[in-house]
Amino acid sequence: MNTPSVSLISPTGALGMGFPDETLERGIVLQPDFIACDAGSTDSGPFYLGASKPKLSRRAVLHDLRRLLRARQELGVPLVIGSCGTSGTDDGVNWVREMVLESAKEEGMSLKLGLIYSEQKPQKIAEAFKKDMVQSLPGAPSIDRESILKCSHIVAMMGHEPIVKALEEGCDVVLCGRASDTALFAAYPMMKGIAPGPVWHCGKTVECGAVCTTLPASGGVFAKIDDSGFSVEPLSEEAACTPMSLAAHTLYENADPNLFREPSGTLDTTNSSYHAINDRVTRVEGSVFHPERYTLKLEGSAFRGYQTVAIGGIRDPFIIRGVDAWRDGMMEHFKQRVQELTGFEVGREVNIEISFYGRDAVMGKTEPMQDQSAHELGILFTVTAPEQSVATDIARFVTHAGSHWSIPEWKGFISGIAFPFSPPEIERGPAYRFMLNHVLVPDSLFDPFRFSVEEVW
Amino acid sequence: MSGASKTNLGMLASLIRSKNAGPFWITFDLMFDTEADFLRAVKAGVPSKRWIAETYRIPEEEVLLVQLPQARAIKFSFPRPRIQGDPGESDMYSGQQYAPLLDLPVE
Repeated sequence: MNTPSVSLISPTGALGMGFPDETLERGIVLQPDFIACDAGSTDSGPFYLGASKPKLSRRAVLHDLRRLLRARQELGVPLVIGSCGTSGTDDGVNWVREMVLESAKEEGMSLKLGLIYSEQKPQKIAEAFKKDMVQSLPGAPSIDRESILKCSHIVAMMGHEPIVKALEEGCDVVLCGRASDTALFAAYPMMKGIAPGPVWHCGKTVECGAVCTTLPASGGVFAKIDDSGFSVEPLSEEAACTPMSLAAHTLYENADPNLFREPSGTLDTTNSSYHAINDRVTRVEGSVFHPERYTLKLEGSAFRGYQTVAIGGIRDPFIIRGVDAWRDGMMEHFKQRVQELTGFEVGREVNIEISFYGRDAVMGKTEPMQDQSAHELGILFTVTAPEQSVATDIARFVTHAGSHWSIPEWKGFISGIAFPFSPPEIERGPAYRFMLNHVLVPDSLFDPFRFSVEEVW
Repeated sequence: MSGASKTNLGMLASLIRSKNAGPFWITFDLMFDTEADFLRAVKAGVPSKRWIAETYRIPEEEVLLVQLPQARAIKFSFPRPRIQGDPGESDMYSGQQYAPLLDLPVE
């Protein structure tokens, strides 16, 4: 008798990043039990959660989504999509839902659609904080009621539990708010009762599609999980899953390459072993999962001001030689001028940053070569203020006064910055910052989540 | 090649990269093509926790440094000195923070 197993395809690392048609076709031939795909991340910074806007374009997401819906239809298996709209806010789930409805209508598909919302009202999180149900992770910024309420959006990262619930209700397509990437791939096999060690390690391995193969940009992978391990093979014929490529993927974007915390416990890959089945397929065994107290990671992002930036270049060796004094001099002037014109204080309501590309703009104070002189420096002005118009008004005199700021070597009026654009100021819109590195200890498994199921035809 | 004279990490490694590990951590991966190259770096003890702490100006006890023989990789991580996207951010993805590693001498 065969041991029970579950198979899956992970078609791409992120919905909207694209994948070759033939890789999905190859995946369909392999008859997976389900398809899952991640659609979000905090990796691109606090804007997407703060503004509740997606990183990838609608046309890019729709292009991938439509193909996955067709594949799901052909196979008659569930499709799970996580962290809809990049940050997994309610807007993100609704954004992808509307694309599912549009595609289903165009293609004449009927399906049962499950939506799992994981956005949290700041007011509710503030109440949970008061009841000691919000706990900080190591190195978390200190928070209080006020900083929680300042968040424009807060999401709780779901594990497999809410997704299993939606699958058990017979949903063909499940759109998740913020979800652990791994949980998207763990839900179906957990529902089928496969051992959690191989399930979670498999999820960790395949979550980025072909990134765990020898050709990271080649599309997706197929995986098969049973109680003692899992095997992975690429959907591209050119790529391979080698023991090295799979083991190396546990490094990517993880602080600890052996321990991975999920809402229901920790995956431990310390004793995992990797064996090549053939030159394209590798099997992994020995992974374990330690159950722990159920917690949900919170992500919150707060508005911090509107920004206007200006970019220029400096070529005069005298300016470059004394660039710190030159910058400090103009910065003093800017502070007075901001106060005079707007009533705001630099360092409080208004922030002006000046960085020099070609010296230490990338590494800041940790730059080991900052004393090495360049023949040309790029200069970036970043003005942050409570209103866009204020940021731009400040940037307008900053670029003007900055470009004529004198140096001791020259007598008379200079023009010290080469601006490529007219006007040199560029409005960047709102800027946000991450506020929470905390977990929620919820009252119950599903308490923080809202479910909706609809028939689409 | 492991008996060869002095080299540096940039020459020895097949990939050196840095990246966010969530908004609050930064992580560095050093990969090697051969077991010999990997063991040579491990034996030389580069990068050391002390070097990492001094270079990135963080307390040594915050550095997590791991060797992964199965992936022929050395990995280190520490809490991001600035939360991703906070004022003064210069590298949103932390993708360009690894350059000082390249010149590290390896016996």
